[in-house]
Amino acid sequence: MSAVRKGYVRPIDFKRGLVDMSHGSGGRAMAQLIDELFVEAFDNSWLREMNDQARLPMPSGRLVVATDSHVVSPLFFPGGDIGCLSVHGTVNDVAMAGARPLYLTSGFILEEGFPLADLKRIVDSMAAAAKQAGVAIVTGDTKVVERGKGDGVFINTTGVGVVAEGIEISGDRARPGDAILVSGTMGDHGVAIMSLRENLTFETTIRSDTAALHGLVAAMIAAVPTIHCLRDPTRGGLATTLNEIARQSDCGMRLEESAIPVRSEVAAACEFLGLDPLYVANEGKLVAICARNDAQRLLEAMRAHPLGRDAAKVGEVVEDAHHFVQMRTGFGGSRMVDWLAGEQLPRIC
Amino acid sequence: MKYVDEFRDGGLARTIAARIAAEVRPDRTYHFMEFCGGHTHAISRYGVTDLLPANVVMVHGPGCPVCVLPIGRIDMAIELVLASPPTPLRKAGCGPSGRGPSRSLCTYADTMRVPASGGLSLMKAKAKGADIRMVYSASDALRIAREEPDREVVFLAIGFETTTPPTALVVREAAALGLTNFTVFCNHVLTPSAIAHILESPEVRDLGTVVIDGFVGPAHVSTIIGSQPYDYFAEEYRKPVVIAGFEPLDVMQAIEMLVRQVNDGRAEVENEFTRAVTPEGNARAKALVADVFELRRAFEWRGLGKVPYSALRLKEQWASFDAERRFTMTERSVADNKACECGAILRGVKKPTDCKVFGTVCTPETPIGSCMVSSEGACAAHYTYGRFRSEASTA
Repeated sequence: MSAVRKGYVRPIDFKRGLVDMSHGSGGRAMAQLIDELFVEAFDNSWLREMNDQARLPMPSGRLVVATDSHVVSPLFFPGGDIGCLSVHGTVNDVAMAGARPLYLTSGFILEEGFPLADLKRIVDSMAAAAKQAGVAIVTGDTKVVERGKGDGVFINTTGVGVVAEGIEISGDRARPGDAILVSGTMGDHGVAIMSLRENLTFETTIRSDTAALHGLVAAMIAAVPTIHCLRDPTRGGLATTLNEIARQSDCGMRLEESAIPVRSEVAAACEFLGLDPLYVANEGKLVAICARNDAQRLLEAMRAHPLGRDAAKVGEVVEDAHHFVQMRTGFGGSRMVDWLAGEQLPRIC
Repeated sequence: MKYVDEFRDGGLARTIAARIAAEVRPDRTYHFMEFCGGHTHAISRYGVTDLLPANVVMVHGPGCPVCVLPIGRIDMAIELVLASPPTPLRKAGCGPSGRGPSRSLCTYADTMRVPASGGLSLMKAKAKGADIRMVYSASDALRIAREEPDREVVFLAIGFETTTPPTALVVREAAALGLTNFTVFCNHVLTPSAIAHILESPEVRDLGTVVIDGFVGPAHVSTIIGSQPYDYFAEEYRKPVVIAGFEPLDVMQAIEMLVRQVNDGRAEVENEFTRAVTPEGNARAKALVADVFELRRAFEWRGLGKVPYSALRLKEQWASFDAERRFTMTERSVADNKACECGAILRGVKKPTDCKVFGTVCTPETPIGSCMVSSEGACAAHYTYGRFRSEASTA
């Protein structure tokens, strides 16, 4: 043990302590929070340099950067919390370019009065998610806002990754005739969150699907290097994602409702709330668009991966100057799957 | 999903479609009005019309509580909670207007986006500082009143007979609890009056611009009032009514029953929704409503104008829970935007695509009229689910 005292500082009380304005002041309290919480949890050589930036080695290939701010209520939910979500969300945004995620930055906005025990739980969850995903959290930032001016914790993460030459995955590359695949059941995350919302609490066994998808993406690229588009259907769900890609690629889509995997519990909750599972958020699923002839091979590669077990082909890309996403309903008719207008609201009668 | 999937079975739908196709006479067209927005929504969402012969035409009716709420009533609600000139300093114990305790308005979700005067809506008024909260049930509003005793909580109650009993229940509960900070701004309307109004309208009776050969009768409403209230329409106006559930197979089945009645020259009330609707309805719910509410002499409906004895208000006995009696509220009638055809669309006189602003300046993101606001509105249903049909020809 070193004979040099670290400082005349009492360790942070992570059991009973609360975030206060000094934790964002730039002074000793903030330094202590960074030392005892963030550096401790995220521990890596870049972070331990304690600079305001990280100097990182770059492997060959093209740089991929994505940033995402995470605001979720409640902060803890079945299957995850805002911490692991903030890692998975950004890792997935990077991975959807076909890239290997390498580094993350993290920015915390904390609300005065937030329990340090909850903050520690969130940070530990982030650290575990980053470790599991094989990415390092290399630099960060902490700010504190007055009580009532935040919602406990907001986390921004920026991800950096690298994509190999020759891999060209982008939302503007869907072509008429392409197949549309999804990696699994739709709407799990959104329903898990909604089940805990104030005034709406209902019992469900559904857990959030939050997960880092870069391993699945790597397996998919190994099977079909010429995948055209990848995207994780988060906020706005599958419907919004397909409308975005249709607009980017100047095409339309045709879906087969009966082919879209939705857990019966999710379908039941949506039915009860008057919501459409196609618009409900996912945090561990992806949509893939590839040439028709590659679809079966890609589907098999997805199903061979634990995060793609329930993968399915759900439709095809078509020519359409209006960029409409249409769907043949399980009932036998057809309808549009339009952009969400405002937020999905339960019906009144 | 048990008890749901059975009513969305594509195979059964094809069977019923084949029966309807065999039943319809090729020399005539059948016009059926689905009164409820819930049916309009189901027809659009499941693509029911794709399965119907071309000579079976569905006419959208006025049965969407959000769509028939006139601008004036939303204005009144906003005025109740939005301070006109913002006051920089609050007096202790006063709300932003300095007129007493702070007021909160609680209402169902869809109501939040209905356009009001001056470019406002409840959602925009909320952004301007009014305390407006979205609730999932009337009892949520009551709970807020209990939890925040220093606040005047006003429940903006809307809806047909389906949502009226829960409102009656919270009024009685508020009284039992001795709450003095809870009121209801009542906008509950009645289905039979609206159906009668449509059948009496010049478009249907004299001009013949709206042909109605029968009605797909309300689902949830009928679980409360039963099927008997529709007997009058069948007898007096010689219009068949088939009460149907909101599932697509219910609608298909009801259409088949209506086609059969028309072909037989019958005009009867039939009940397809036997799993939930009886002739008498729900006696307890009706008694509850009768205890708390009484008929208004007239009430303005968007698109239909003043309709006599078509809405409810709280009885004198419950006056202290009636926002219109407790606060100074000025009844007003505000004309729709001139370009908006919501009124004609609600009466079945026009289709959404007949409106010049449909899909251009009036979209679900920027609604001009209320038919574009509610997911059950005819315009929103066509825009969201069926726009590709009308756009295909212009591509």
